[in-house]
Amino acid sequence: MSYISSNYTTKKRPSTWVNPEHEQYVVLENISKSYGDVQTVKDISLSVNKGELFTLLGGSGCGKTTLLRILAGFEKPTSGRILVDGIDITNLPAYKRPVNLMFQSYALFPHMNVYQNIAFGLKNDKLSKSVINDRVKEVLNLVQLSGFEDRNTDQLSGGQKQRIALARSIAKRPKLLLLDEPLAALDKKLREQTQFELVNIQEMVGITFIMVTHDQEEAMTVSSRMGIMEDGRIKQIGIPHDIYEFPNSKYVAKFIGDINLFEGIITESNMDYVIIESNEVNDCIFYAAHTGAIPINSSVTLAIRPEKIMISKTKPVYDNNCTSGIVREIAYLGDISIYHIELNSGKIVRATLPNLLRMSERTIEWEDMVYIFWRSENSIVLTS
Amino acid sequence: MIKNRLFLISFLKGKRKKIEEFYEKSTDVNFFLAFPTIFWMLFFFVAPFLIILKISFSDGVFGIPPYTNMISWGKEHFFQIGLNLQNYYTLIKDSYYRTAFANSITISFVSTFFCTVLGYIMAYAIHSLPQKVRSIFLSLISLSFWTAFLIRVYAWMSLLAPHGIVNRTLMKLHIIDVPIQFLGNYYSICVGIVFCYLPFVIFPVYSSLGNVDDSYIEAASNLGARPIKIFWKVTIPLTKNGIIGGAILVFATTVCEFIIPEILGGPDVITIGRVLWIEFFNNLDWPIACALSVMLVFFIMIPVFFLQKRTIVPRGK
Repeated sequence: MSYISSNYTTKKRPSTWVNPEHEQYVVLENISKSYGDVQTVKDISLSVNKGELFTLLGGSGCGKTTLLRILAGFEKPTSGRILVDGIDITNLPAYKRPVNLMFQSYALFPHMNVYQNIAFGLKNDKLSKSVINDRVKEVLNLVQLSGFEDRNTDQLSGGQKQRIALARSIAKRPKLLLLDEPLAALDKKLREQTQFELVNIQEMVGITFIMVTHDQEEAMTVSSRMGIMEDGRIKQIGIPHDIYEFPNSKYVAKFIGDINLFEGIITESNMDYVIIESNEVNDCIFYAAHTGAIPINSSVTLAIRPEKIMISKTKPVYDNNCTSGIVREIAYLGDISIYHIELNSGKIVRATLPNLLRMSERTIEWEDMVYIFWRSENSIVLTS
Repeated sequence: MIKNRLFLISFLKGKRKKIEEFYEKSTDVNFFLAFPTIFWMLFFFVAPFLIILKISFSDGVFGIPPYTNMISWGKEHFFQIGLNLQNYYTLIKDSYYRTAFANSITISFVSTFFCTVLGYIMAYAIHSLPQKVRSIFLSLISLSFWTAFLIRVYAWMSLLAPHGIVNRTLMKLHIIDVPIQFLGNYYSICVGIVFCYLPFVIFPVYSSLGNVDDSYIEAASNLGARPIKIFWKVTIPLTKNGIIGGAILVFATTVCEFIIPEILGGPDVITIGRVLWIEFFNNLDWPIACALSVMLVFFIMIPVFFLQKRTIVPRGK
């Protein structure tokens, strides 16, 4: 029990994580990996701080699992090096690394019961029997499966297997814990519940987690910081809020959440705002808050999240960032409704509104002419 | 039919579940699929075995058939069953048969051991090859089945003969001066058995190695186990079914092996297979040969039964 209580920190995340220079615990320097001519990981440099829950998010084939396997020592990077707690582990075999991996398939040994599965790693550390017993009890307690020692793995439900796999990987108290899609095999309800438990456990044991997932909602929920991967590269690293509100590229903007994109050209550029004209909207210009100068006439993309768009049947007072269209589709999701609004140019804009009123009292209906508008600081100007 | 069933169910409310289960089981397709196997076992194993069991309890006589009838119609008695246990008593008492048993079991045991170890190494080696090359090696191994069993054993005889290739090579290399007497002893029998029965281990072990998911190996390595420890603690237990299956196949078939001891073993090496042949065809003592067969079946069945029980491994996924 000792290490749970001693490392038990407050649940508030230190804001210093935003600053990557603060405490570099796991450092990847120019990691590349090629299989023949195919390069799956392309020159990735990344530093993760101690006690952080870092998420690598990306579609399938983006190289996130390869990167995780490089960290675990199952694959050798073609170039680059990895430091954990100041020690170069690039050339260490998997069994000597202070790194544990929780497998997507859990990989619980079918010929061992729960106790033997968890104790397997501890026995390799040559710990005494009583220490092993204590540790197994401790981690089972942590994942709320006390008394499951004698169960066979095939007697466990999916959720229980997931917890045992987690218990087994934290029992050795690694410096770094890698999680490969840890919640992918669970059903939706259980997954949401487990997300919070995972964060709680991570905070209790204080181990640095690097997690790989393709589920953006999961990444947003659990991460202290996340990296968005595409085609072997990390496109953007940041806290979930920044990734969502200030994506740095079209790829990231489209990957995380829903977004409307307008292609356009800068017609006026100032220190704190730009004016964009777009062929996709013919009755208004975009006035977007933006820091940093962008040359005039360069083509950019204006991005605006559906929930930032306001809809009204009467014309709003301001002219910028305001256009009109016809409601083509309404999707009622219970808490919110999604509106598909067709502009004069034929472009479909998606907007979401919370359902503050009951369905029968809704004022906007199919084929209604509506005005859509947004505040200039809510749009994002993307140059790449 | 359905009406009938409903009536039955409502009639026997208390046993409702049992009846439903019965119907479900009896209409199960599996039952019909199992029928050929049941038929095969009944007519080609159980029935002949019962006949042999019957003969083993009778007396040997000079005639056709060369044994007394167990069930006879007497004049005074209505009918009588003569259970003659003399044959079994002879088998236990006579050291000739005891030696045959001991020899056979020792030879079988030793060759099963070497067969399993060698077979495992070969299966493991093939399994660790790239996918394309694997099938070539597997077909090479099954290629040995294309040659008749007898011919393969004869081939070993010519290899190990005093002027065979092995002796000649050794003499040419001046390692030996006089040919070594390889044939006619326990070792030559074991060599023959190991060679001929190796595929029986390789195939089941190879297929069980396919069940060892890479993630288990990686997980073990990730948890700090060195390659050798992974092999003993993960790979071996997960391929236990293949090992035991292969070992049973080899042990059960070699314990009554006749051809290999006859050809590669000398006249002094008595095994059960040879004794059976002698009793059946030379001495025409069918009852004692049958008693021997019955004992053999039990001797094989006991270890097989115990081993089989241990092969059920709970599977993870």
